[in-house]
Amino acid sequence: MEEPKIHPVQKLMDNPWLLLVLGLVIPVLSYTVWGWVEISAIAPAQLP
Amino acid sequence: MTTLQSNTTELRTCDTTGLPVFKGAEFFIRLNAVCAVVFLLVGGIAALLLALTRWQTVHLLGPEWFYRVLTLHGINMLIFWLLFMEIGILYFACTTLLNSRLFSKHLAWASFVLMVSGAVMTNSVILMGKADVLLTSYLPLLAHPLFYLGIILFAVGALLGVFNFFGTLYIARRDKTYAGSVPLVTFGATAAAIIAVVAVGHGALALIPVFTFSLGLTPEPDPMWYRLIWWGLGHTSQQVNVTAMVAVWYLLATLTTGARAPNEFVCRAAFVLYILFINLASAHHLLVDPGVGAGWKIWNTSYAMYLAVLASMIHAFTVPASVEIGMRLKGYTRGVFDWLLNAPWRNPGFSAFFLSLVIFGFIGGITGVTLGTQQINIIAHNTLRIPGHFHATVVGGTTLAFMGLAYYVVPLIFQKDYIARPLARIQPYLFGGGITLMSFGMSFAGSEGVARRTWDIEAAGVYGASTHMMLGLLGIGGILAFTGLLIFVLLTVGTLLIGKSNKGRPMACWGVPKTITKIGAEAEREVDPHNTPGAMTLVVILLVAFAVYYFANWGALADVWHVR
Repeated sequence: MEEPKIHPVQKLMDNPWLLLVLGLVIPVLSYTVWGWVEISAIAPAQLP
Repeated sequence: MTTLQSNTTELRTCDTTGLPVFKGAEFFIRLNAVCAVVFLLVGGIAALLLALTRWQTVHLLGPEWFYRVLTLHGINMLIFWLLFMEIGILYFACTTLLNSRLFSKHLAWASFVLMVSGAVMTNSVILMGKADVLLTSYLPLLAHPLFYLGIILFAVGALLGVFNFFGTLYIARRDKTYAGSVPLVTFGATAAAIIAVVAVGHGALALIPVFTFSLGLTPEPDPMWYRLIWWGLGHTSQQVNVTAMVAVWYLLATLTTGARAPNEFVCRAAFVLYILFINLASAHHLLVDPGVGAGWKIWNTSYAMYLAVLASMIHAFTVPASVEIGMRLKGYTRGVFDWLLNAPWRNPGFSAFFLSLVIFGFIGGITGVTLGTQQINIIAHNTLRIPGHFHATVVGGTTLAFMGLAYYVVPLIFQKDYIARPLARIQPYLFGGGITLMSFGMSFAGSEGVARRTWDIEAAGVYGASTHMMLGLLGIGGILAFTGLLIFVLLTVGTLLIGKSNKGRPMACWGVPKTITKIGAEAEREVDPHNTPGAMTLVVILLVAFAVYYFANWGALADVWHVR
């Protein structure tokens, strides 16, 4: 008997481990790493 | 045979729902729920003191105790009360709903002990006056090392609880204790657990270097860097609350009205959008920081963030639509709002859930998206408008929904029927009404320029009668909300102590809508799950209200920023 076809998004939703990885990677790259890089790139202020 | 016997002794069948309750998990759900209520009371007493201080005419506390109590309030309400409840919710969602035992009792004990000791340590240090640094503890403000250690211990404990949840998901799938996809409520809890991992990770990254700095072991971390990383904890932990609250909405809707989701695939997709994008909202707190550029701010607070807003708008439709479908299947099919008028409004589980939905969506959601807009934020940042927003989301939304959940958790998990039931029926209205008034008072006072986290506004000498009236509204709302909170705590604790046991019988019913026409397959045929005119009308009203508020704020921005 043929297996019922499962929508790819449904497969993603049924895989908590992949969701965990994506849920960590996206905000860490978009918010944390990008923000960290911007702050690190600031040159120290020149005191008068 | 031994395994079978051991499983049987560890399991009971709920007399009300027919669902399996695993005694190991039940024990830890009880422990976490009791602690949650204790810390809710601590945070609530602090809230009353603060409301009576920001009500400028009363101005109860002196400056020293104002900031101390504000620190206590923030940590107990935003972290301790909610996370204890959420760990309990996770244990329920992965055991009872998946028909599985808890992954590890040892892990559950370790989680609980760390959370309790961390919370007690933090509160003690605050009350000793060694940590008047507010919840955010921005550098260069520095607290006693035990303040940071307490929060770190609590966070590690919460993370162990989350690992126990994931472990249980693993063994449930391995042992095939359920078929197909996990239930929608468990899926929502999974989303909350994933977001919690992000929150706790950022918490460790921000607080461990400050802890070692406070001990004199390492140099001071960069304050701008600290703000960036801390908000990865501070705002993300509120997204755990939002996601858990939505899962609780679906649960309460089902328990109180027999709600039926219009399309589970869409509901789950909305949770996936939360997992992927909601954490970017932390950037809202850095919208006036000079250290990060416009590209970072615009991407994180709008383009990508709006995908999470889309998720909230999906839930804003599917949650009331679920109730509407459930009620229409029971025969409430006349007109647009017959289903809503006949909903069980005297059932505190339902009233808390629906009020939470309305307060969160109409006040918290609309103000949140507006204040999170980079340009508008410049006229609202660090004013009382911000607490006006998040008291509608975290308190009017999450806390009220969790109170509604307690009206089922106590009878079903503690097996005690609530005492003083008429009082319980009015409690959600009192608490929800009080928070709404308080949120309005904060928002309008903030619109007139009143700063948040400020003990006194008279020194500026610029605030007139209308501002004081709004601060009075804040105070009166605070008193009403505290009264509602106190009733909730007294009823819940009283029930645990002297409530009537319901062992061996279903819990005393709070009231559910009766089926008035055809039932079963016949009704299913006649009710189109895609035809929900009531929920659609509510959503259109929400969108119109949002548009009016959003463009009024652009108008307010134009008033202070003349373009010639």
